[in-house]
Amino acid sequence: MKTAIKLAYRNLIGAGLRTWLNVIVLSFSFVIIIWMKGILAGWDRQAKTDMIEWEIGGGQYWHQNYDPFDPFTLQDSHAQIPGTFKAEISTGNMIPVLIAQGTLYPEGRMQPVLIKGIPAKQQILSLPTQRLDSAIDAIPAIIGKYMAEANRLEPGDRVILRWRDANGTFDASEISIVDIFTTNVPSVDMAQVWIPLGKMQELLMMQDEATLFTFKNRADDLNETGDWKLMPLESLVADLEAMIKSKSAGQSVFYNILLLLALLAVFDTQVLTIFRRQKEIGTYIALGYTRHQVVGLFTIEGAMHAVLAALLAAIYGLPFLLWQANAGWKLPMDSSDYAITIASTLYPVYSAGLIISTTLLVLFATAMVSYWPSRKIARMNPTEALRGKLQ
Amino acid sequence: MDNHFIIEIEKLVKTFPMGKSKFTALNGVNLTFGEGEFAGFIGPSGSGKTTLLNIIGSLDAPSEGKVKVLGNSIGELTSRQSAYLRKVNLGFIFQSYNLLAVHTVFENVEFPLLLLNLPASERKSMVMDALEWVGLTDKIRSKPPQLSGGECQRVAIARAMVKKPSIVLADEPTANLDAANSHNILQTMVWLNREMNTTFLFATHDEKVIGYLKRKIYLLDGKVDKEELLPNKQSL
Repeated sequence: MKTAIKLAYRNLIGAGLRTWLNVIVLSFSFVIIIWMKGILAGWDRQAKTDMIEWEIGGGQYWHQNYDPFDPFTLQDSHAQIPGTFKAEISTGNMIPVLIAQGTLYPEGRMQPVLIKGIPAKQQILSLPTQRLDSAIDAIPAIIGKYMAEANRLEPGDRVILRWRDANGTFDASEISIVDIFTTNVPSVDMAQVWIPLGKMQELLMMQDEATLFTFKNRADDLNETGDWKLMPLESLVADLEAMIKSKSAGQSVFYNILLLLALLAVFDTQVLTIFRRQKEIGTYIALGYTRHQVVGLFTIEGAMHAVLAALLAAIYGLPFLLWQANAGWKLPMDSSDYAITIASTLYPVYSAGLIISTTLLVLFATAMVSYWPSRKIARMNPTEALRGKLQ
Repeated sequence: MDNHFIIEIEKLVKTFPMGKSKFTALNGVNLTFGEGEFAGFIGPSGSGKTTLLNIIGSLDAPSEGKVKVLGNSIGELTSRQSAYLRKVNLGFIFQSYNLLAVHTVFENVEFPLLLLNLPASERKSMVMDALEWVGLTDKIRSKPPQLSGGECQRVAIARAMVKKPSIVLADEPTANLDAANSHNILQTMVWLNREMNTTFLFATHDEKVIGYLKRKIYLLDGKVDKEELLPNKQSL
């Protein structure tokens, strides 16, 4: 084996440009696969962090009727805040949120929105709710950047908000935009208006009621209680994970094509090599190799492309990947268009597992495409190979 | 078969399929060779000399008859056993040198020693010895494409001799060389034969080679036509 590796290395280096062309293409695959997987891992980490910071905290309790994908459930998705939760709320470990459907009338247009009432003094989520603690003659409201852009709203703007109270009566009032926040989490931004919880309860005539509670830390010892359904962190990020997984499958098509092209180049080289180097194959056999050992030698030689590619990829790929990890990858289009939790700049995250698995994948695939044409050697007649006669 | 012969050939027949019929390359060859012989198979193209050399070199197997090389029955060896026989006991010299083009002279000569798994220091000293025999110590870093035909064949001789095999098989070793180079190469081989008592077997129709042989075996249509033994010939 040691001899075969030594010979394979000499043969590869001796083959010059042909080797390096294959190695360069294969090294691109290495870098691209690691970068793409790193982007997905980075997105996954970033999206989860953003969701935790902006929306779900350490987990939530939902009213048993609450379905975030069905706004018609909202009118029945509220109940009195349980006494057991009040202690947690007062210590700042939990925040109640009351949600209702409403309609906003920016510049005379009609915009269906979700009105969300949240305590102004909460410190669990990154929402700038302290701005809701403003003493003005209109209802103070904060909205996200994309909501503001979509409705051409700016801080200080006043706009009519209409809602239905607990009795089904429509009412309307003027809200004042006291702050516009920037977030990567569209589910706290798009078509949402955040107002103080107390005011919201007053408007809806739902005193001391909430739709959901967000708690600060992961609480594995919490259980479902009364009307309230426990939504642990894992289930709240499950959709995001499923989406990233499907994106990952889509992206793998791209880098698999790239890898396939590189492997095709190695395969072609192997086929050509076996035709061109018949005399050499015969010589190996004459000098004491069995045909199967020659198959092994050519397979190692082909597979060694991957080893050289890994080294080359390390030379130019490491600086590139490190630079990307710091500078990030700016998405070519506005991330709000995706309607999913995604930052405008993604920072790839590379793990040892990612690098090792990619290296093993490329090495294994290259060994396979090298072995395949090399099997022909096992059927060669050494005396004809020595004369360089095509077989 | 007698034990003091290192090669024993008895009623050797070799046929090759040719469409639906068979082509008989060797037909009832009986020969024996002892240690230190400098012999050659002489004959026109198609007479069977290369086939005979290939069978002795365990690169091919007899269709009928027996061929024993250093006690190994060629037809009965497994692929691994015949590879071992070639690796340890046989050296090959080819008409077109068959050097590994991307390897240096040193690496080409070192190759058979790599297969024997010898330590690097021992390999180096053996390679340098072999290159000294053929007068190429100044070309160790050159690659075959940078050498002349004569130099390439000398590298091939060094590669065949480096492991000090019992038998060297040379198939038309001078066919691609001019007269001066041919004589140079042949004198080197004669010297190695005399110094190391290595058996040299040639397949040739080159008069220059024939002139150096101590034993001439004329083949015609796969049969031994005649044999000449020159026991007292001094080639150098």
